[in-house]
Amino acid sequence: MNDSDQNALEKDIAAQRELLDAHTVETVGWHFHDSTGCPFWLEKKSELKFDPLKEIRSFDDLKKFDPFEDEWLRGGPVRRWVPKGLADKPIYVFETGGTTGIPKSRIAIDDFRTDYSLFSNTLPDEYFPQGANWLMLGPSGPRRLRLAVEHLAQHRGGISFCIDLDPRWVVKLIKKGWMDHLEEYKKHCIDQAITILSAGHDVQCMFGTPKLIESLCLELEERGTSLAEQGITGIFSGGTEFTPQWTKFCVEELFGGPPAESGIYMTPTYGNTLMGLAASGPCNAENNYKITYYAPQPRAVIEVVDFDDTDRIVGYGDTGRAKLTTLTKEFFVPGFLERDEGERELPYEKYPWDGMSGVRPFHRLASAATVGVY
Amino acid sequence: MIELPAIRWGEPYQSLDVDEVVHFYTGEPVARVHTVGTGIIRRDAKKAKRARQALLAMSPAELIEKCKAAGELFESGTLAVGDSQQSPEDFIQQQSATTGMPISMCQANVVKNAFVLKNIDQILDCLTRGLSLDILARGYGEEGRGVTVSYQAQCDALGAVLPSNSPGVHTLWLPVIALQMGLVLKPGSSEPWTPYRVFAAMVEAGIPREAFCLYPGAGADIGGAILASCRRSMIFGGPQTIEQYSGNPKVQVHGPGFSKILLGDDCVDDWQQYIDLMADSVYRNGGRSCINCSSIYASRHTQEIAEALAKKLGPIDVLPPDDPNAGLAAFTIEGAAAAIWAALEQDIDDPQTTHMTAEYGDRLVEKPPVAYLRPVVLHCDSPEAPAANKEYMFPAVSVVQCPQEKMLSAISSTLVGTAITNDENFRRDLIASLDIDRLNFGPIPTSQLDWLQPHEGNLIEFLYRSRALQIAP
Repeated sequence: MNDSDQNALEKDIAAQRELLDAHTVETVGWHFHDSTGCPFWLEKKSELKFDPLKEIRSFDDLKKFDPFEDEWLRGGPVRRWVPKGLADKPIYVFETGGTTGIPKSRIAIDDFRTDYSLFSNTLPDEYFPQGANWLMLGPSGPRRLRLAVEHLAQHRGGISFCIDLDPRWVVKLIKKGWMDHLEEYKKHCIDQAITILSAGHDVQCMFGTPKLIESLCLELEERGTSLAEQGITGIFSGGTEFTPQWTKFCVEELFGGPPAESGIYMTPTYGNTLMGLAASGPCNAENNYKITYYAPQPRAVIEVVDFDDTDRIVGYGDTGRAKLTTLTKEFFVPGFLERDEGERELPYEKYPWDGMSGVRPFHRLASAATVGVY
Repeated sequence: MIELPAIRWGEPYQSLDVDEVVHFYTGEPVARVHTVGTGIIRRDAKKAKRARQALLAMSPAELIEKCKAAGELFESGTLAVGDSQQSPEDFIQQQSATTGMPISMCQANVVKNAFVLKNIDQILDCLTRGLSLDILARGYGEEGRGVTVSYQAQCDALGAVLPSNSPGVHTLWLPVIALQMGLVLKPGSSEPWTPYRVFAAMVEAGIPREAFCLYPGAGADIGGAILASCRRSMIFGGPQTIEQYSGNPKVQVHGPGFSKILLGDDCVDDWQQYIDLMADSVYRNGGRSCINCSSIYASRHTQEIAEALAKKLGPIDVLPPDDPNAGLAAFTIEGAAAAIWAALEQDIDDPQTTHMTAEYGDRLVEKPPVAYLRPVVLHCDSPEAPAANKEYMFPAVSVVQCPQEKMLSAISSTLVGTAITNDENFRRDLIASLDIDRLNFGPIPTSQLDWLQPHEGNLIEFLYRSRALQIAP
């Protein structure tokens, strides 16, 4: 990068930071004002040792809040999360977890649509044609992802076909060690997907988790066909199992080569029900399939922080824990420590803010987690 | 440091996921192994037929000659392993470094594995009960009584999820190549050495490389994918693994052996004659094998036997791995030795149980980051004592007082049973017992295997099914 490019990038970085600071002040102002905030944060305000309306003047000031505990999201009444300023809007509730006990729930109005409309802008039309129909090869039920993918398809002028997939049952099968049942359930899901693909719906794009994409490709191969032959050209996927090695295998072997050769383009994403989703920078053989995620700032921010001092951002290239912040009018999550770790990455022209690469389960929690739900 | 790529039907595969295999004591990396995900294993499994075809292109006689040559190379050749040339000395050093096993034990296992390869013709002759391998290769033939016999191969390649703790068990899958079936191996996470060296030796000897897959790494998913995608597999593990796969016709599961020595009433008064045999059965190979003796049953003299064994085994101490007298292996998983010792202490608390090696010093020896357990001899007043039929991964034995007529109902599962008796009635009962797998009559150490005998089920019966085949005249 020459000096003028560097100067331009630095300007962009500074401008984005100003935007983030202003957006932070505005969002906090909304959530903590008596006329617009939600009951949860208004009640929380009384416990704070500072006045968020006066003392949050920048994004960095959010460190004044204790880390967000996702346990707060368990149980009702769920209306306590609905901002008064949006109380007359139709409300969705999305859940995470819930294999045993009460799941965590998050309310939503339009956030999932906004997030996925913005994400849509990152998809190349060549491989995700406008008007194309979609296959949603992921969890059904009270999940944000199912509606979000459907919105993405609709936003791009297409129709989304879904399968039935209960991830809670999948987790139970794994915990019980019923691996034969797990295998059969996976086949059941893949059968549904192949039925959709073979039913003449002209599906060209799809969402799939790495495991399901892999199983779908292997089953299609078994049946003497392939994703490309089925007409698929664009895929987006996500999760910590979306590793560089898996991507290499998938692109080189399951798809049959990079997009120019195989006709299939796949893009990784990172996110959760609380934050929305982060898109990835370029990921291909030239960079050893390194996957770097950039949050959709200023609506959400990913920071890579020290494992012990979670207010300290690690140096570029260093490893730390993912800390997510959500700043929308519907939902305010200051500094949620995700169960993932990775390396801090430099901003670049397309995303003039920090990114995170090498995402994997947080090593101190990894052994306790059941990874690869579906 | 040596770089070990995954092997996919003979072709090295550079993965972006690399695990380090480290020195058991210093933590220094000794090898970098390229690990793959389950998708690669499942996809490769679809090509297993090619492995079999490549092996079927050679006659069984040719393959046997090449296996014998591979045995020589495995034992004494310098071979291209991963990205380096590996001498027999390098191999032993590397194996000892990552597993914590003494050099002498590693050497003994080299001899054992090489023996099987060098004598593969005799071993197969015994496993097949003299059936011509050409009949297995062709699928049918005449056995010599004017009767057509036919055997269906049950798989194109055998999957094997291998352990890290006992390089001797590799003898179980070594005959597979000569049976014209490929191998899909998951080496133990700290012992990739034997499978890679066998692969190198076999390829050097002229066996088609496309017969082999090696998927190293620590991931539990790898083993699961191998078992799910191979029609026949073997796996090594603990009681949980045994329970999980018990009754699954696709999986041969190898776990704890609970091997025993039974002294008949007619011989027990001469117990002193057998004390060396008993000690050897407990201690050989660091007491880590399923064929090591974990219980000794006798109706009388048990206290004296236990005392004499304690006198022999109790003083054995931890020695550096390169000491030729070293006989104890390190527990490299943090906390494992302490947990085992805690379990033993619970057993010792039982009023029917006496710890006979107590006077020979502490059994648990912590040398962070590893730990050792010195030999333990317990005396149990009856088979009801909790320690009577336990097995641990170090030299530990319970000498159990039990009337001869109750022994066979008390011993439960026994991989190797050495019965020192000339009592014909007792011998008949021993033969009839379904609890004993390998039966030795007379003073044969449990750890002394005759390789010409089947082990935990006949490999041929696992890989081939006898079926009818009629040919029109």
